[in-house]
Amino acid sequence: MAEMDTSSGGGHKKGPGVKKPKKLSTRVDLTPMVDLGFLLITFFVFTTTMSQSTAMNMNEPKDDPNQEMKVKNSGAMTILLGKGNQVYYYYGQLMPETISQDFKSTNFAGIRKLILDKKNATPIDDLMYIIKSDEKSTFKNAIDILDEMTISAVPPGHYAEVEMVPVEKMLISATEKANGIQ
Amino acid sequence: MPKVKIPRKSTTIDMTAMCDVAFLLLSFFILATKQKPPEVLTVKTPTSVSSTAAPEKSILITMTKEGKVFLMLGDETKKSAIIDDFNTSRGLQLTGPELTKLKKAEYIGLPVNKLKSALDMNQEIPANLMDGIPTDSTNNELSYWIKSVTNAYKGEDQRKLQEMILIKGDGEALYPIFKNVKEALKLNELFKFRIVTEGETVPVGSELYKTGKLEKK
Repeated sequence: MAEMDTSSGGGHKKGPGVKKPKKLSTRVDLTPMVDLGFLLITFFVFTTTMSQSTAMNMNEPKDDPNQEMKVKNSGAMTILLGKGNQVYYYYGQLMPETISQDFKSTNFAGIRKLILDKKNATPIDDLMYIIKSDEKSTFKNAIDILDEMTISAVPPGHYAEVEMVPVEKMLISATEKANGIQ
Repeated sequence: MPKVKIPRKSTTIDMTAMCDVAFLLLSFFILATKQKPPEVLTVKTPTSVSSTAAPEKSILITMTKEGKVFLMLGDETKKSAIIDDFNTSRGLQLTGPELTKLKKAEYIGLPVNKLKSALDMNQEIPANLMDGIPTDSTNNELSYWIKSVTNAYKGEDQRKLQEMILIKGDGEALYPIFKNVKEALKLNELFKFRIVTEGETVPVGSELYKTGKLEKK
């Protein structure tokens, strides 16, 4: 394959005194080239990152003021997203007398367990997570909390995004001030 | 007894074939790897456990860190129709060359009142100097764009359109912008859409990990 016919064409006779030129082999050792080839292959295979973006589906409800959903107090958990990746939460409804005990703060590392605990403690029909995002929370927070729902296998329809009410805004800013979150 | 002569065989193998294979594979991998198109808008998307691949052809709404909103019309067959529809419905009165220029642009990121003057300029405005499409509740221009999009897809499979609508946002973008974008879609009766995220492995021990399946929403 990598050889060339170097022998002179037959039939041409040389005289007895003429020295036959030394036949040099044209065969090249291809081993280093193979090494190089495979090295390059491995290099390209390892450096190519398979960065395929994924898509998360989202279903938004139709805004219909006549069709308000009734949620059982015992099954509801409200998750509030604040600035600085902070998460606040409370169960059921906020009662004026016990507001300081009910309104608790956590972060994204802690919320998974809380979501799961609530899910396990509540009959599935009553379960409802109400997600409210503060104006200072980020897009990432909103996606992360929806992702947490998927991770904890909360069935669709058992969580919803709702507009925040002034009392909650006040509570968040008060907690932020107390905790020194900028 | 005569000695049996074992002919000494050479241990060198012909490497040519192997070399051929190696370089064939090399060229295959190089050519088969799709080059990622250089992105004009740098956006760091959040992660999610979702495993559905994002569609190639899409109506992409991009939110940058600064809160600017850009629209990319990825479906070349409809791009022209969408822009024409927007031109007539919003009364932009763009001339022929201006329209062609707008149709050639990779993304739309200017408010309506600045669009015409920007198209008349000779050089292009870089993305970081663009204002983005306004999405405020008082002047949600994005919803007009989406309206033109839905007009262009009228009479076609709406499921296809729903699958094409993608929202891509920087993780640091503030929530109200995302809300405004959702509002723009909802104003046009689009309740299903997708969010572009970076893939993430399912955390070990979580409910999803145990059941081992992603629920189809």
